[in-house]
Amino acid sequence: MSSTNLSPADFQPLPPSEAVQQISRPSLSYWADAWRRLSENPRAMASLGLITFLLAFVSIGPALWQVDPSAQDLDQIGIGPGADRTVTIAAPFVPWSPQQQSVTPADNNLGLRLAMQANTQAVRLAWTATGSTRHRLYRNVFDPETTGSLGLPLVDRDQPWFEDRLDLQPGTYYYTLVPLSADGVENDGAVTLPVDVIRVISIAQAVDRGLIDANDTVQLGQRLKLAWHPLGTDYLGRDMLARLMYGGQVSLFIGIFAPLAFVLLGVIYGSVSGFLGGATDQTMMRFADFVVALPFLLFMILFKVIFGIGPGESGIWPMLVAMIILLWPAPARLVRGQILQIREEGYVSASRLLGGTTAYVVGRHMLPNTMGVILVTITFQVPSAIFTEAFLSFIGMGVAPPTPSWGAMCNEGIKSMLTRPHELMFPAMLISITVLAFNLLGDGLRDALDARMRGAE
Amino acid sequence: MLKYFAKRLLLGLVTIWFIASATFFGMHAVPGDPLAGDKAMTPQIRANLEAKYGLDQPLGTQYLIYLGNIAQGDFGISYTQENRRVNDIIREHFPISATLGILAIVFAGLGGVLWGALTALYRNQWPDVVIMFAVILGISVPSFVVAAISQWSLVGLNLAAGTTVLPIGGWGSIWHMLVPALVLGLSTMAYLTRLMRSSMLEVVGTDYIRTAKAKGVPPTQIFSRHQLRNAILPVITVLGPAIAGITTGGFVVEIVFAIPGLGRYFVQAIQQLDYTVIMGTTVFYGAFLVFMVILVDLFYGLIDPRVRVDQ
Repeated sequence: MSSTNLSPADFQPLPPSEAVQQISRPSLSYWADAWRRLSENPRAMASLGLITFLLAFVSIGPALWQVDPSAQDLDQIGIGPGADRTVTIAAPFVPWSPQQQSVTPADNNLGLRLAMQANTQAVRLAWTATGSTRHRLYRNVFDPETTGSLGLPLVDRDQPWFEDRLDLQPGTYYYTLVPLSADGVENDGAVTLPVDVIRVISIAQAVDRGLIDANDTVQLGQRLKLAWHPLGTDYLGRDMLARLMYGGQVSLFIGIFAPLAFVLLGVIYGSVSGFLGGATDQTMMRFADFVVALPFLLFMILFKVIFGIGPGESGIWPMLVAMIILLWPAPARLVRGQILQIREEGYVSASRLLGGTTAYVVGRHMLPNTMGVILVTITFQVPSAIFTEAFLSFIGMGVAPPTPSWGAMCNEGIKSMLTRPHELMFPAMLISITVLAFNLLGDGLRDALDARMRGAE
Repeated sequence: MLKYFAKRLLLGLVTIWFIASATFFGMHAVPGDPLAGDKAMTPQIRANLEAKYGLDQPLGTQYLIYLGNIAQGDFGISYTQENRRVNDIIREHFPISATLGILAIVFAGLGGVLWGALTALYRNQWPDVVIMFAVILGISVPSFVVAAISQWSLVGLNLAAGTTVLPIGGWGSIWHMLVPALVLGLSTMAYLTRLMRSSMLEVVGTDYIRTAKAKGVPPTQIFSRHQLRNAILPVITVLGPAIAGITTGGFVVEIVFAIPGLGRYFVQAIQQLDYTVIMGTTVFYGAFLVFMVILVDLFYGLIDPRVRVDQ
């Protein structure tokens, strides 16, 4: 008691301390915080970079690589990436009469030989008629020794010569000559001749294709370079890189806009239904259940026809409309669930108590609180929309030729998968990469935006 | 419980009626008519054909006839394949699709549960990393590409072996089914694996697992009796929608592997605008899916007593 020494100075208020009130970090809004979490996720950032690259590929790409996606390069049909593109100038084609035969020594018992150097204009074969007078000629792109097949039967021939002009491409062909008996049965003693075919072009054709100027002096045998196709060409000689860029525009347009549109529709429907509740909610949700049960494919056809689009024409808009009309119930259900939950929250009651109107409560409190879920839904719907486009184009119900889309290109590529795998592989790879990127971004967004779902996977 | 399912069943029937009506009026809104083929026909023949197919009746009457026929399970006659009833087409080809689908569901279910449990057991170790990488691939690659690549690999395998190890297409023995069913189930399997993994990880942290551990239950028994059985529940809920996914995915697999299933006929009918086949198949598929979802819900209520379906 006696030790207490209190002076009036002890009862003075303390000087305000700066340190207590100081804000050590800037205040973060919800979105800034979400962005911070997202940018710490390397997988999400990598996928964001990938998506940026893909968008640039389809939007800026065509400006940099100015090749018409529907222009056909008839000299280079179905070539793979990095194929040889030299071409030799040759005399214009004149039909062959056997008097012009040059004598090339043959070392097989039928005397099968090339009468002239083989090129893409024609392969001229001659043989010696001994024993049987009738022969059958086969052609194969693979060696008959290893595959056991002679290939395509070209002709049954009485004369000892033949000029092959059937769809010749540069490369090696294996011609097999089989002697026939009088009644057309194949005899023994078949002879196979491997022939290297070189790509040639006449001067007139070269001028026509813009390889040389009409006034240029070129000699026969001179070599020129054909147009460059970095990723090869498809079965009609169209540039793959240009087609992938234009096709990506269609695929990504549908992939991004369809989810944006039907999620928006679903958000409006779901929030109205969830907010009104009761019998209205029940009726609206039953209707959503019916729409879910509608068969998607059938309505795709209907929309195609209603838009006045025939079987061969492109149906980007009908596809978009069909996806919007048929796919909104899933986000609507999700948002309705969220709204039902939020409706009972304390802050909503508080806002109402303070006189917030319905529109204010929904717009200021309810929708922003479901925004994370909505954004995540959109991101996860993008891959499924891209898959749907690809699937529909694949079965011929979506984007039709000549408009390219990645799905339609896969559909075309699958037909020649064994001989020209690049036609299938490139669009398939781009679809897979896009879907992968949006899936990873969706995972990252979910972790960053939605505290409740965090770490769920 | 019984009342709930009676209600669900009734709602299912209403849904089927909705599908049937939407299909009917949708198909009739399409300009052109099924008889406008490339064959020239006299007005007399045309009138006869219209009378045969009931096309000379007013739309309302046609709709009632159509609903009556569907109620009796009669889907009519194909326009492009003459004298072939849609019912016969479904009866002939649906069992093939169903066999393929069931096999795919079995692959997807078993694979999903197995891989998902493995990833959860070895969380963040190499089996987890490898399997989850495969899962991401399985989700990202379109089914027609998987189908094409697997068929391509089969060709390579058969060439390398010098004999037909596995057929590359067609239908017949169990060997024809293996690869297509695997391809068909692949994306569902990937999805189920993800679901199973997160569900397993959720279960690990629950009180009853801790209690079991505290009681001294051996780890293998905790895994099989407590962890696995509880973690499987969410996997079963998505089986209903998964069946729907597998039916549509079936179209592609049936086309690529040349399997004479209903999906292939459906796509063919679409391309030929064979109205009755499209309508019949659509209503059939719709009804099938509606009942599948109800069945899965019923099953779910049976195995999980916590789910009180009557609420």
